[in-house]
This record gives sequence, C-alpha cells and structure tokens, in this order.
Amino acid sequence: MAKEQLMDYQKALETYEVVIGLEVHVELNTNTKMFCGCANVFGDEPNTNVCPNCLGFPGAMPAVNGKAIENSIKIGLALDCEIAATGRFARKNYFYPDLAKNFQTSQYDEPIAFEGKIDIEGPSGKVFTVDIERAHMEEDAGKLTHVGGSTGRIQGAEYSLVDFNRAGVPLVEIVTKPIYGAGDEAPELAAAYVRSIREIVKNLGVSDARMERGNVRCDANVSIRPKGQEKLGTRTETKNVNSLRSIEKAVKYEIQRQAHLLSQGTAIIQETRHWHEDRGATSSGRPKSDADDYRYFPEPDLVPIQPSKEWIEQLRATLPEKPAIRRKRLQELWGFSELEFRDVVNSDLLDEIDDTVKAGATPQAARKWWTGEIARIANSEDKEISEMPITPKQVAEIAGLIDSGKLTDRLAREVLTGVLAGEGDPAEIVSKRGLEVVSDDGALLEAIDKVLAEQPDVLEKIREGKLQAAGAVIGAVMKAMGGSADAARVRELVIQRASGE
Amino acid sequence: MSEITPELVRHLAGLARIEVTDAEVAQFASQLAVIVDSVATVKAAVGSEIQATSHPIPMSNVFREDVVRPSLTQKQALSGAADSDSGRFKVSAILDED
Ligand SMILES: [Zn+2]
Repeated sequence: MAKEQLMDYQKALETYEVVIGLEVHVELNTNTKMFCGCANVFGDEPNTNVCPNCLGFPGAMPAVNGKAIENSIKIGLALDCEIAATGRFARKNYFYPDLAKNFQTSQYDEPIAFEGKIDIEGPSGKVFTVDIERAHMEEDAGKLTHVGGSTGRIQGAEYSLVDFNRAGVPLVEIVTKPIYGAGDEAPELAAAYVRSIREIVKNLGVSDARMERGNVRCDANVSIRPKGQEKLGTRTETKNVNSLRSIEKAVKYEIQRQAHLLSQGTAIIQETRHWHEDRGATSSGRPKSDADDYRYFPEPDLVPIQPSKEWIEQLRATLPEKPAIRRKRLQELWGFSELEFRDVVNSDLLDEIDDTVKAGATPQAARKWWTGEIARIANSEDKEISEMPITPKQVAEIAGLIDSGKLTDRLAREVLTGVLAGEGDPAEIVSKRGLEVVSDDGALLEAIDKVLAEQPDVLEKIREGKLQAAGAVIGAVMKAMGGSADAARVRELVIQRASGE
Repeated sequence: MSEITPELVRHLAGLARIEVTDAEVAQFASQLAVIVDSVATVKAAVGSEIQATSHPIPMSNVFREDVVRPSLTQKQALSGAADSDSGRFKVSAILDED
C-alpha cells in the first residue's frame, strides 16, 4: 500500500482548524446479555453462550435486561445527561455476518440519555467542556476471524469464522457534539476524553473498562477547515481505535493527512478509515454509501422504557464523585506536586495508586513504584501498565517491607521481579529467594570492624567529625553483605562504633 | 397516487439483498405505491394529538432479571449452520482484495 503524504503537524495547525467528534462504545459487565439470558463472559469457548435469540432464529423473542437499563441510566447521569421519559429500541437493518438477525437492536430518535457534558483537562492543564449529544443502548455484534489472504485482514480473506458469544452483549454508545478549539491539543484531548469515560464507567462499576479486551472502543471523527472558514470540512471516521495511545496517534495522523490533501487542492472523501497500530497510519475503509441506509424502525417486539423520576433520583444518589472532583481531592490528599500528579494521570495510574495507598502504602511510595520501576518494566516489555501481573496490594506490601527495614530498595526491586514472574506474594518471595535484610547487628558489626581495621585513616576522620568519610565504609560493608543490609542501619552502627571507641 | 420509481424499488431490493427482474420492479412499484397511499390515508385520519405508537398494548418497563439461563451447546448452535470450523460459523469472504 502506498504510504500517504502528511503535512508537518505544526504547519497543519497554523493553516487549519481542527474539529473532532468521538463515539465511545462501552460494554456493560452485566451477568447476561441485553435481550437474552446467555452469559456475558469474555474468553469462553466460541458459540457456547448463544441461544435462539442471539443467533437470530425465527420466532425468538427478546427480553430486556433490567440491570442493563439501570447501568445505562447511571452512565447518562454521570455524564450530566437528561434521562428520556420515554425511550424505545429500534431496529437498525443491515447485512453483515457478525449479526445473525440482519438487524442490530439499537436506539434511534429516542436515546435513553441526551444533552450532557463532561469537563476534560487537556495536557497543558486547560479544561475543555465536552458536550455530549447522546448516550444510547444497543447490542454488540459477534466476533469475526478472517482466514487466508494477507495477514488476517478482511481484504482478500478466503473465508471468515464467526463466534456469536459477544453478539447481544449490552453496549452503551456515547456520542459527543463536535469539539472545537482544541487546536494542537486535539489528539491528547481525544485520549483524555476516552480516559475519563473509562474512569467513569469503571468507578460506576458498570463495565470492566478494559480497552485491551474491547470493553471500551473509540471511533474518532476528524475534520479540518481553513482558519476563518465557517463551513465544516468533510470528516472521516476512524474506527475501533482501541488504546489511548492509538487514539492520540490516529487523530494526529488524520489531521496531517487531511491537511496535506487540502493543501494539494484534493477533496477529503467522507469515509470510514481503519487505524493500523503496526505502521502508525490509517487506511481507507468503505466510503459512505447507500449501504448506510439502515431503515430504522421501532422494535415491535419490545415495549417502551419509561424510567420513573423516583428511580432516576435513586440512581443519581448512588453516583460516585466525578473524575475532575476526584482528581482534585486525590491531589490534595496525596500532596503531589502539579507535575507529579499530571504524570500519574497521564500514565493512567490514578486507580492503581489510589488502591495502593488504601492498601497501606504512603502516596509517595505508591507513586514511586508505579511510575518508576513498574512503568519501566511495562515499557521495556511494550505492555500497558494495567496489564502487568501485580496488584496494588502487592505493591503496598513491598513498600511496607522497605518501611519496616526488612528490604532495601535493591532487594525490593528483586521482589518486584519475582511478583511479576508469578512467584507469589512479596512475603513468600522474600523467604523463597532468601532476600531478607541482614538485621542482625552482630553480623553487621563484625563486617564494620573488619572494614574499619583496614582503613584506620577513615576511622580518624569520622572521629574528627567528618561524617561523610563514613560513606566509603558503608559501601564496603554493603558489598561485604552482598547488598542485603539496610544502609541506614549500617551508617548508624559505623558512627556509633567510630565515636564509641 | 404516490410515485414509487423503479430506481427506488431497485435500491430497496439491493438493501434487502433481493434479486428482482424488470417485470417485478414494475409490479412492486405499483404495489408499494398503494401501500404508501394507504398509510397516508391513515395519517390524514389521525389528528396531531394522537401519539405515535410502536406497540398495540400500552405497556412499558418490561424487564428481565439479570440471571444467566442455560445456553445452547456449541454442537447445538452449529447444527443448522451451512458450514463451520473450529467451533465457529464459517461464512464466505466478505470483501475482495483492494
Ligand atoms: Zn442468547
């Protein structure tokens, strides 16, 4: 495929104004699917959570999952939306093998929630209010695997295989109004928005919110127009961008690609595009066409949803605090500097650090481990930090072992490696690997005396009050102990020994 | 009489994945026009004070408990499939190489 030409990013922003719009699909974590009692589980054997309903057999009748409605209302309320007094499901008709019914049960002109807003902090700290147009309920489709052809892509595949376990899983689609004025922060703002949505649904407990499993998926609409032009440019929709990093990159790529085309006098084609993480580019999907004539009509097999005011207020009372407020609270509680806190937020570690602190670690220790050693290892393995096989409780445990003097920093890093290798909890690894600090003063004093005897001049200096001279002794003692001694304790003992004689 | 053009009939047939002959296009165009006119007659009869309805019985909030019920087995699920492979439904290629 020919590589597309891009305009320099800064140059593109000097000439054009960027407008973005985001559609985020959130998979709910209900026990069952939206319209049938099949289990909503990730990773089961294919086609084992299916029934006549979600396989689209003739005559099967849908039945609405009340919990899914409740969760959808909660999402609407958390986004400051109005909740519709009457909502209806509608059939969205199209033919595609991931949808056995030949229509998707969705909502059309009567979404359950509409007209909301959410405050999003851009990378510079500037707060954008993103207007939410609607949040509507629908069902997920099955999962296709393309076989043959070039590298599992749909183009040129010999055939496709369908697993309908995911078909009928409840989804809430959240659609923003066009977002203007983000300028060069548009890519980061898009990612920050999805991060906030993910945080909201996770804190509400209505979704597992794991992007790597497709629990939260984003379609990014991007258009540009020459500065000063009123009329919006033609937009493209980049589908299924499934990590925060990719969202940022895909938006930036589309800005640069469209800017190049417009500067050449080439029109932008309204189309869906696909993001390719491997080559950091989008490619053309299908153009908008007659096939997008979905012939929506009200679902005759389902009755309207009319949530009472009491029910809505009851649900409103259960909402957790908003992300922006929570952030403010945590920053004050933890006493992090502006820079430290932004680093935590941008690394997506708010929940991890919050949970680690709740498990007993100091905020600074929690921050140090997650943004330091764990992030470093995740990065070197090209993984998201959230994928690392370590829990906040285990991190707090390691921090606790350092505080109580049982581990040095170096030993603690070794324990961390053990936890990540799946060797068990920190305490187990300490005893299994024999990593405990030598806290036996006798053994330490023996080593100290030996070193001091070898360096009489140092002993003299310490006695004269030149305490920095102790450094050489401490280093030698630590080395003699194979690193498994507490340096602070060694220092104490060295000074004691030197001045006590 | 509403005008249903042959193009519109072909468009609808395309959306519904139905093959139609020229004779059928002409036949469906006149039949669809009758249906559209009938709907227009009903529309004219009801005043603006009547709420649109998608269901004959005035009911709402019919919900199911979020409790898992037994599903089909994989074997049962695939028993009516034209073709299958590794526990999945097998379907012909969706797109040509671009
Ligand atoms: Zn089912």
